[in-house]
Amino acid sequence: MSKLKSPGELEALRHEIQSKRGAKQMITVCSGTGCLACGAVELTAAFIREIEKKELAHKVEVRPTGCHGFCERGPIVVILPQKICYLRASVEDVAEIVEKTLIKGELVDRLLYEDPETGKRIRYVDDIPFYKHQQRILLAGNVLIDPTNIWDYLAVGGYAALAKALFESTPEEIIDIVKESGLRGRGGGGFPTGVKWETTRNASAKPKYAIVNADEGDPGAYMDRSLLEGNPHGIIEGLIIGAYAIGANEGFIYVRREYPLACKNTRIAIEQAREYGFLGTDILGSGFDFDISVHHGAGAFVSGESSALMNAIEGRVGEPRPKYVHTSVKGLWDKPSCLNNVETWANIPFIVTKGAGWFKRMGTPGSTGTKIFSLVGKVNNTGLVEVPMGMSIRDIIFKIGAGIPGNKKFKAVQTGGPSGGVLPEKLLDLPVDFDELTKAGSMMGSGGMIVMDEDTCMVDTARYYIDFLAHESCGKCVPCREGLRQMLKILNRITRGEGTMEDIGLLEELCSVIKVASLCGLGQSSVNPVMSVLKYFGKEVEAHVKDKRCPAGVCKNLIAFHIDPEKCKGCGLCAKNCPANAITKTADKVHVIDQDLCIKCGLCISVCPEKFRAVEKVPAFQFQNAV
Amino acid sequence: MGTVAMKIDGKNVTADEGKTILQAALAAGIDIPHMCYLEQLEPYGACRLCMVEVTANKRTRMVASCAYPVKEGLEVKTDSEALRKVRKLLVELLWPLAPELAEKYGITASRFSNDHTDCSMCGKCVRYCSEIKKKEVLYFKGRGIEREIAAVPELVSECVYCQECFKECNGGLILKQAGMPWA
Repeated sequence: MSKLKSPGELEALRHEIQSKRGAKQMITVCSGTGCLACGAVELTAAFIREIEKKELAHKVEVRPTGCHGFCERGPIVVILPQKICYLRASVEDVAEIVEKTLIKGELVDRLLYEDPETGKRIRYVDDIPFYKHQQRILLAGNVLIDPTNIWDYLAVGGYAALAKALFESTPEEIIDIVKESGLRGRGGGGFPTGVKWETTRNASAKPKYAIVNADEGDPGAYMDRSLLEGNPHGIIEGLIIGAYAIGANEGFIYVRREYPLACKNTRIAIEQAREYGFLGTDILGSGFDFDISVHHGAGAFVSGESSALMNAIEGRVGEPRPKYVHTSVKGLWDKPSCLNNVETWANIPFIVTKGAGWFKRMGTPGSTGTKIFSLVGKVNNTGLVEVPMGMSIRDIIFKIGAGIPGNKKFKAVQTGGPSGGVLPEKLLDLPVDFDELTKAGSMMGSGGMIVMDEDTCMVDTARYYIDFLAHESCGKCVPCREGLRQMLKILNRITRGEGTMEDIGLLEELCSVIKVASLCGLGQSSVNPVMSVLKYFGKEVEAHVKDKRCPAGVCKNLIAFHIDPEKCKGCGLCAKNCPANAITKTADKVHVIDQDLCIKCGLCISVCPEKFRAVEKVPAFQFQNAV
Repeated sequence: MGTVAMKIDGKNVTADEGKTILQAALAAGIDIPHMCYLEQLEPYGACRLCMVEVTANKRTRMVASCAYPVKEGLEVKTDSEALRKVRKLLVELLWPLAPELAEKYGITASRFSNDHTDCSMCGKCVRYCSEIKKKEVLYFKGRGIEREIAAVPELVSECVYCQECFKECNGGLILKQAGMPWA
């Protein structure tokens, strides 16, 4: 393929691709990391074999695509153009799907989504509640495109925004459109993107750099991974437009090595973009030069912080540095550098093509557009969801996520990763919006949303996040390193039942100092998990301290397992499964747990037959005198 | 390069552009507590003891004076209740590595159990080795609460002739660092 030298050549190629392909039927198989783990590769291969066997290759195409988002039910197969959606499809179903759906036009009922309330099967992907309440703009490409084939991206209008930007707008006009759109940084901070770009554009030093932050590391978050895996050209196109706007000729994609598929697809996409003339010198004949290098992160969470990330690209240790002069003015190699998150860049082609007005109509006045969340934890429909800003957390969890499994009660939702906080039930109607979440003591973060049910202990949750941060902080500044060390010690004490009321006061004091005194955003926001737990779940913390009780029955030192002799029927399942041999049968033919031997693994509860339910969790202090 | 005029604790101070607040204050005879600052080295901003309150464009915030560049019209407060609260807690977190400041604030014990290390990780040794001597013998190993000072075994022979960082160490603790060949 020779390089495209003008927007006209690009459009000609687009028409050629579209007409060559015609109106084929298509089987798309979700090949995001989740579905790959569930056998998507084998499934795709089986479809290709079956299509060849039935001699349908001339009218049916099989396409492995990016993540479809409904990860709970993978592997996902969607048949186009009808948009028939089959969930948890396996190799054994392939022959039947081809025979029934593609040849006879019938449905394979058992693979369709079943509405849990009505029991009705739902045929089309857009009618499934998980998808119905979403507004998928950024993720729309994921389900249609084979990320390793640039033709797929071009067929759906790819790189048209780049041509428009290069030939119809000045860099200043692009910045104005982005400012006007109200787009705010999707990586967590929510800083206005256009303003950031303008700062870099106006900085006098040269050269300038445009950088993609794909060092997504929040526990439970995988929005950026899925975008980069599923539609890398979308991000690359956004980056080239941004580089043109700020005046950069060199760009970087910082992607963590823990994302092998994202690394691979990014590399392939960059090579293809070069081949077609979207990267390199004289892009599309515009005279603008730009190219991208990929930098692989080596596994430090803190490297997602802007100055740490730039240190890492420079070949130094990924540690934040004081940023009293912004990185947009003095960043990579002390030059003006525009760093945006994956999702932020992915928005750019849409804003350029459809305009700021279109973008602003989605979301709230202060937080425009859509936001992708990874909805995980104790929720029925785990997956990636894209919704307009301003949707309530309740709608996301209960309408899209279909609520909490096992008839359990909702307890809290953690947003914003380790820098965010937990929000209780009374805040479920809070709209997801940068400012509203911050006001409530959490933050948007990059879009992790971890749902917790009544079996989750909030003290243990805070302890988990502080443990994560204490080990993932760079350890450079004293408040963050030593402060987190002490917070972790205190939280460990409290979960062991050794905490005092002074400890709670000490936690509050540590939070207030770490928040203002830490060097970087990681340290400053690291207190949010603890502060939000103290604020919204103070009673639960006090129960651990004053009553030595863990109300959720999680903290092992504070609970004991007990077999109710009235309910035990002596079936022996618990004794057979107990890994510590702590359960014996008494003369009365009921079982009893030796508290000294019990390791509190909870296996006895899970194996005790539903009809007996003889094993129960009780506060540990009930046994302390007896033992 | 020009100079800028600003106010530190109500006192008029002029400083060369490109200097930091801490440098301007020290030159004007105003003391700001500090631990990781060393004149010859790049600003590091790790100990946070040098935090001050700056007011610019009617906005006040707490910054590390060792890294914050001087600016025309800046108003700086080196002492306030909020700053003292931060410094006192830092003294307790660093206990017993900031004895002078502890005395100044009347702190006689820490409420924390500081069984971690006898090093404040100010990094003066590591940075001196790298920035002044261009040797990179010393480095920070691990991260977060597992961070520690370490030496590259293949390079430590350099230390026999140098040892210049020893005198920069707060109390010479680098000599006692576990794992160091000279321990």
